[in-house]
Amino acid sequence: MTSIERGRRSGVSPEDPLVKGLARAWGLQRPWAQLIFKLGTGTTAVLSALVVVLICVFLTVFAWPAIRFNGWNILTGTIWNIGNQYGSGSITHNGYSAEPGAQFGGLVFIFGTLATATVAMIAAVPLAFLVSVALVYRVPARIRPLANALVELMAGVPSVVYGLWGMVVLVPWIGTKLAPAATAHLGFLPIFHGDAGSGNGLLAASTIIALMVIPIMVATIRDVINAQATSVYEASMALGSTSWQAVTRAVLPSVRNGMIAAIMVAFGRALGETMAVLMVCGAAINTYPQNIFQSVNTLAAVIVSQLESALTDSSGMAQRSLAELAVVLFAITVVLNMLARGILRGADRSQEAQ
Amino acid sequence: MILRRRRRAAIASKLWWGASLLALFAVIAVLLSIFWFVAARGFPALRPAILTTVTAGTSGGLLNAIAGTFLLVISGMVMVAIVGLGTAVWMVEFASSRPRALVRFAIDVLFGVPSIVVGYSLYVALVEGLGWGFSLVAGALALAIIMLPYVVRNADLALSAVPRDLREAAIALGARQATAAVSVALPWAVPGILTGFLIATGIAVGETAPLIYTAGWSNFLPSFAPTHSPVGYLTYVVWTFISLPFTASHELAYAAAVLLMLIIFVTNLASRTFVEYYAQKTHRR
Repeated sequence: MTSIERGRRSGVSPEDPLVKGLARAWGLQRPWAQLIFKLGTGTTAVLSALVVVLICVFLTVFAWPAIRFNGWNILTGTIWNIGNQYGSGSITHNGYSAEPGAQFGGLVFIFGTLATATVAMIAAVPLAFLVSVALVYRVPARIRPLANALVELMAGVPSVVYGLWGMVVLVPWIGTKLAPAATAHLGFLPIFHGDAGSGNGLLAASTIIALMVIPIMVATIRDVINAQATSVYEASMALGSTSWQAVTRAVLPSVRNGMIAAIMVAFGRALGETMAVLMVCGAAINTYPQNIFQSVNTLAAVIVSQLESALTDSSGMAQRSLAELAVVLFAITVVLNMLARGILRGADRSQEAQ
Repeated sequence: MILRRRRRAAIASKLWWGASLLALFAVIAVLLSIFWFVAARGFPALRPAILTTVTAGTSGGLLNAIAGTFLLVISGMVMVAIVGLGTAVWMVEFASSRPRALVRFAIDVLFGVPSIVVGYSLYVALVEGLGWGFSLVAGALALAIIMLPYVVRNADLALSAVPRDLREAAIALGARQATAAVSVALPWAVPGILTGFLIATGIAVGETAPLIYTAGWSNFLPSFAPTHSPVGYLTYVVWTFISLPFTASHELAYAAAVLLMLIIFVTNLASRTFVEYYAQKTHRR
């Protein structure tokens, strides 16, 4: 029986777009075509799922000599030194060797990654929440599409453009105005104590990261408020609370899960941001920042900034150690993802219990 | 007593709303200042010669980078169109719940993987491991992996939202699973699928980190050779040339930045217009 006959029997017009569409795809009805289609899409799904596994496997296999050579030093060591390339002999550890004097400690970069991301989030989370509620409840409906479009456009600005602006505008301002003033007048606070630095550093990196993640968070929080919290806002107002009390006591609790999800996504982005951070962080090696203005380095940035130097290491251990840093960064982001799922699942369960 | 508390709450409310509006204006002001900064320095640098000549060391034009960006992004899109769309169709139309959850989880994890990690793993595996050198395929593959989660998630959501009665109508007319998927579900889901593609394109155009060690950099027009031939791209110019001590290279960096912003702006605008138009046309019933 053809589709047209079936259609006539069931009273569907042959002019119906549904029937027309079906007629066009009718070649697929053959059993072997069905099978090929199912197998084909299944194969692509397997490929998609394998991508993340393969990334991990490639890096781990390549980094294996470094994992053996470095031991725990990659997580606890402070010094990154590819060793004396012109000396004779080599040093060997756990059966793998590198140039004399080489050691690959990653703690400076792990610290820098967590520090820049955390400082950025401390600024970005409250700001993103304030911006979201302003967008939903205070921006007049007429100009709301424009404001929303601006926020979305901001999320699309490439990280090198943020980095460019940071290098040319933000860093000189911090280096010549903000940092000297803050260290001179507020030096009693530990975060402002000591050398003002050049402007390239923790604060510049965190500011840029915050600017990059705010629009991502605002887009999510705004949608969650619109979807879940309009009725509670009205209800709270009707019960006599002020409009801000309605936000903190009714809206905020009801969008908590959405907030957590948005924060986790943004935190992951903050940990992995490479180019913008690389352009303003000062690319510190072997030192920790003594205050909020001094140079830092992150796992993502160091993989780019140190690869040139690592390629000169004739033992190849530096390159493998960079891969090990990539594995560490990968592990941090995966753990964060799991944590977010755990929190959200727990929150769902406690809501069901209520 | 109660009155005073009320008044205090009313004042606090005004202050907090003031703060939230201030935050909104501040964020938009910073954004506009970044736009202004890029436009004010980029447009004067954007001479016609820049669009028609290739880079000569630290000066010259950007034709190679423009062509390279388009070539890399389009090649990446072709790869992700097949794999990403196939994955989403399989998840929604064929998969049982366990495998579907597994694939969804893998895609979620991929969302969180930093782009430099993707780039470095492909450098290790393809550029060094298989000896392809800096190349078009390695760069395009890196971009495809970056785009994959955006494409899959949006297509997954769009296909899952196809009305049940539409599918049932197709089945009632005798369509088998794959036929119903291709003729009914996919056309209905086009706006959502396309949104995912366009978001992914915007991100791919602006990416740098995954390309540095896969596509490399070239002063010449892309050769279309799949391997052993590096490809230039716009973001590289912004990142590298601004650090050089020459005015000509700074001009190239600003010109590249303004071109990137223009491409992303146009993609964004075009996608919104098309998606709205298509959604109105097909979802009317």
